[in-house]
Amino acid sequence: MKDAQVVKEAPVIEEHPMERILRMDRIPHIWCPTCGIGTAMTAFAAALDKVQIPLDNISVVSGIGCSGRIAGYINLDSFHSTHGRAIPFATGLKLGNPKLKLVVFSGDGDIAGIGGNHLIHAARRNMDMVVLCINNFIYAMTGGQSAATTPLTANTSTSPYGCYEQPFNLPHLAASCGAVYVARWTCLHIRRLAKSIGEALNKKGFSFIEIIAPCSTIYARRNRLGDGLNLMKFYHDNSVIKHGADTRELDIGYQKKITVGKFVDIERPTFLDCMNEWYRKKFGEKYIEYGGPND
Amino acid sequence: MKANPKNVLTGSHYLDGDHACAEGALAAGCNFVAGYPITPSTEVVERISERFPFVGGVFIQMEDELASMASVIGAAWSGAKAMTVTSGPGFSLMMENIGLAAIMEAPCVIINVQRGGPSTGLPTLPGQADMMQVRWGSHGDYEIIALSPNSPQECFEFTIKAFNLSEKYRVPTFIMTDECVGHMTEKVVIPPADKIELEPRRYTKLSPQEYLPFKPEKDLVPDMVKAGDGYKVHITGLTHDEKGYPAMHWKTQEKLVRRLVEKIRLNKDKIVEFEEEETGDAEVVLLSYGISSRVAIPAIQKARAEGIKVGVIRLIVVWPFPEEKVYELAKKVKAFVVPEMNYGQMVLEVERAAKGQAEVFLVPHGGGWVHDPEDIYKAIKEAVR
Repeated sequence: MKDAQVVKEAPVIEEHPMERILRMDRIPHIWCPTCGIGTAMTAFAAALDKVQIPLDNISVVSGIGCSGRIAGYINLDSFHSTHGRAIPFATGLKLGNPKLKLVVFSGDGDIAGIGGNHLIHAARRNMDMVVLCINNFIYAMTGGQSAATTPLTANTSTSPYGCYEQPFNLPHLAASCGAVYVARWTCLHIRRLAKSIGEALNKKGFSFIEIIAPCSTIYARRNRLGDGLNLMKFYHDNSVIKHGADTRELDIGYQKKITVGKFVDIERPTFLDCMNEWYRKKFGEKYIEYGGPND
Repeated sequence: MKANPKNVLTGSHYLDGDHACAEGALAAGCNFVAGYPITPSTEVVERISERFPFVGGVFIQMEDELASMASVIGAAWSGAKAMTVTSGPGFSLMMENIGLAAIMEAPCVIINVQRGGPSTGLPTLPGQADMMQVRWGSHGDYEIIALSPNSPQECFEFTIKAFNLSEKYRVPTFIMTDECVGHMTEKVVIPPADKIELEPRRYTKLSPQEYLPFKPEKDLVPDMVKAGDGYKVHITGLTHDEKGYPAMHWKTQEKLVRRLVEKIRLNKDKIVEFEEEETGDAEVVLLSYGISSRVAIPAIQKARAEGIKVGVIRLIVVWPFPEEKVYELAKKVKAFVVPEMNYGQMVLEVERAAKGQAEVFLVPHGGGWVHDPEDIYKAIKEAVR
């Protein structure tokens, strides 16, 4: 038996390790216990902690929904816009001040459902921003309705006999529209996710990371995936890491294997690069480049 | 603050109203325009996209009007002077984010070159039937400012005015023109840059520690920062406190929404603008705006030639509405005659403001063509009878 006397007292840490990144005056957050959104935000905070970009230059934009609340907890310039419009809002911020680094952090309903049109066009233009899309498989904030990402046959509050609509394969959608960086991780892969976010932050152009986090309160319960811990076990048993996988093969079936990894990492000039290069070529010295509000 | 000479096309030009709006925006220092093509407004963004490479600005053709309006708010918050341009169907799509601009207090300008509606209506022909939509179109309570030019010259001048008002009151500000004025070509005189006064953005002088993004100044308008300044602001479409943090409580709602409406209502005297002509001993006042105010001129002349004392109120700022002025006149005159290209929109404001003190005659027109001045003349005759 060990002598209790030799157990050292744990050092007292005055400051929460993420205090620099989070708005501590807004904690506790609104998310349910075992929800994956907090984990995703932690991965984002870990990535920000390591990234070399000055934090003042990073703006976070969210839309509406559970994941849409992320902007409110991040201690950067943060904007909580309308449902689906986070990407065009971020487009305006970026073009209004090209020095900013934009992060759109929102959910699947916001980014791929109501905002799907903006997603494909921002990817096509290679608008310089990182889109972090938490896929919880349903509309969670409103009580678990079926979404553009609900796996076939899954039970939701508006598909009580099972969902019969084909869901989006989001990495394939983003990649085929022109995203230069595409990855997918689950909320179990927090270290890999943080690394991926860091890579995306350091990349110029449209980056898209799907974060799989089925809503633990509604989706998991309705579809017999158990509680948060069971979900982690599910990710552990069913995730297959396959970097460079063909994005056509990334569909998510009902309780099936989930392929994760980094699928796309290419170079392509951004919207602003294309605009500036084209006009410089066309007009030479006559072209006046817009450099931001301080010019 | 004076306009930047590199943006101002000083001189006499032969321009249509749409192009004149574009030149007004440039003179005002606009450097971000997002738009989606729609008749009869497209010429505004066509001219902007032609001119921006030589003045330093970004034009982006967005995927729809929802995105155009959302990006305009983003651009405003990163320090740009931002504008979008549209017509009826696009205006309807913009309503969602016009509400966001109102609650985020983003200075921005929206030009609506009105066409006949509802729905697709008359894409190439004029209308004035979005006058209530501009005031009430997005859900919830808020105030906006709207101006209505009746010539290309005014398209130029009012667009500058709209930018200035939007900066001063941090409110989405509208140019409510129409296909007729938008496609009408006339002489437009653009003054030298040093004759154009611009309202600078009201940036805070406080440090990030002291600054609260929604704490109003004396005029009820808060000072602003821009993304990237190190203030780490949180700006949300949710009901928020002075710090910008969401607060779902009726007291926060009361404080915020009351201020959003009062910052315009209590500053109304400084915003309201109209032309007044021969109202002193008028029997009847013709109240109009935009193209209808020009079409009414022959009718007014004909009536005056017959000895009818016709006064004129021509709205420059349409919203907020000059209700005190209308009430003051209502106590003296027999009637108001209100020609507008719709089946009764601003006339409702005239009736409300007149409080039964004078009769109010609408001269309606469904759009697609301007009024026959004869119809307006007949209404004047009827009004004095």
